[in-house]
Amino acid sequence: MRTALPRRALLAAAALAPLSAPRRASAQTQGHLLVIGGGFGGATAAGFARKRYPWLQVTLVEPRTRFVTCPYGNLVIGGLRQIGDITHGYDGLRARGVTVLHDWATGIDAASRQVRLAGGQTLSYDKLILSPGIALRYGAVEGYDEAASERMPHAWVPGDGAQTLLLRRMLEEMPDGGVVGLAIPANPFRCPPGPYERISMIASYLKRQKPRSKILALDAKDAFSKQPLFQDAWNELYPGIIEWVPANRDGRVVRVDPRERVLETEFGEKHRVAVANVIPPQSAARIATEAGLTDNTGWVPVNPRTFEARAAQHIHVVGDANIPGPMPKSGYVANTTAKQAVAAAAAALRGEPVPEAVYYNTCYSHVGEGYGISVVNIYRPNTEGTAIAEVPNAGGVSPRGQNPEQRRLEAIYADAWYESITKDMFA
Amino acid sequence: MSPLRMSLLLAGLTLAAPAMAQAPLASEGCLGCHGPNGAGAGGVPALAGRDAAELRAMLIAFRANERPATIMGRVARGYTEAELAAIAEHFARQPR
Repeated sequence: MRTALPRRALLAAAALAPLSAPRRASAQTQGHLLVIGGGFGGATAAGFARKRYPWLQVTLVEPRTRFVTCPYGNLVIGGLRQIGDITHGYDGLRARGVTVLHDWATGIDAASRQVRLAGGQTLSYDKLILSPGIALRYGAVEGYDEAASERMPHAWVPGDGAQTLLLRRMLEEMPDGGVVGLAIPANPFRCPPGPYERISMIASYLKRQKPRSKILALDAKDAFSKQPLFQDAWNELYPGIIEWVPANRDGRVVRVDPRERVLETEFGEKHRVAVANVIPPQSAARIATEAGLTDNTGWVPVNPRTFEARAAQHIHVVGDANIPGPMPKSGYVANTTAKQAVAAAAAALRGEPVPEAVYYNTCYSHVGEGYGISVVNIYRPNTEGTAIAEVPNAGGVSPRGQNPEQRRLEAIYADAWYESITKDMFA
Repeated sequence: MSPLRMSLLLAGLTLAAPAMAQAPLASEGCLGCHGPNGAGAGGVPALAGRDAAELRAMLIAFRANERPATIMGRVARGYTEAELAAIAEHFARQPR
């Protein structure tokens, strides 16, 4: 930890010495918080650090100048939003005093607490918040590599939005009567309800524009997030449009032929489709793996109270790259855990105890226009601090049954969530 | 004002300021739906500047399943009554 007492502060401290000396001294703590990745975890961390701990110097390293969110990408795919509606910039964080560098972090030296950038610069840190997101495991589904993603978009890592728009364009160009095929991975993966919201939004588009078309959803799982609510809605809103095939009915896609747009399952069934959306298995982004932070699952184990990586001190890993116990890889979890990670890092720099942690999640899904559903979870570290557990008798999914007012309100709340959380990150 | 009184006043301010400014960490979870500083967003009501006792009573009623809810019952049951009280106090202090 580096400390420095600027001359102005010394004078002020001298004037008020007898009563306020201890507090003034702690207010003089300084530190450099380096944040890698400007998404839900990283942008939240950088902005929150400046707001709550103005004594921290904060640098954010993010290669892109614009951030396209994964949340609400499904509404773009369904034609209910434009890509500009889900694109955000970093001027708000700059206005909060964050130094934003648009560069790639290429390596972390945990021993010397330094990060190398592709542009040649080396940055030192006191605490590092690493929120690098996910890597798509190309090759895990045979035949599915980056080139294949141009024929069979994943639209799961939006990047500059091209993948999201590609899938949208393919749906627009598909003749009525076509089959839209999805390949959905096993757990864990980014945004557990995401594929099913996507199915819903595509179905909504097909019902409006191409009513003879169908959706074939091939799943590597036998069950999924908010399943009864999704399936109730599909039966109600999109009867006959959606076929969901679980793993135990040969739903797991193991091979693809991008040229012929064929999805092949475990037991050799070949499904030729008009539009294919392949969501491949995932792991923590490469920088986390190369820094030696991941375990044999491909994800980063972390301390449940500080989010410090188990494998390296002073590196707090937030967002989808970590293994957060029972918590989903969601934007809201990335947001609330990033704040705890920053609070823990700030406390460590000041020699204070780690603040008590509570992690919050709501995942809304749009299943139709004016029809939303949700899951709520509240989590805390266990008393030993060894694991994260969901608070019992709290949270849960929306009630089932005919309840149009509940669905209508949850769709409205979902939009408010998007507006609020993106402001929390970027405004 | 005497120099002594002035310095006592200033010292009081420096001691009080962090407590005023520092939101309970538990309240951070609210901002993802209720907007910056709880200002509200779209159809989600504002929390900022509301009466602390009323807010607290509402949250505790949600927690006890005594108030109809779309989602807030599920949310409030995840927090202790003390946390809900601190959250209510915090948002009551925020500018409307």
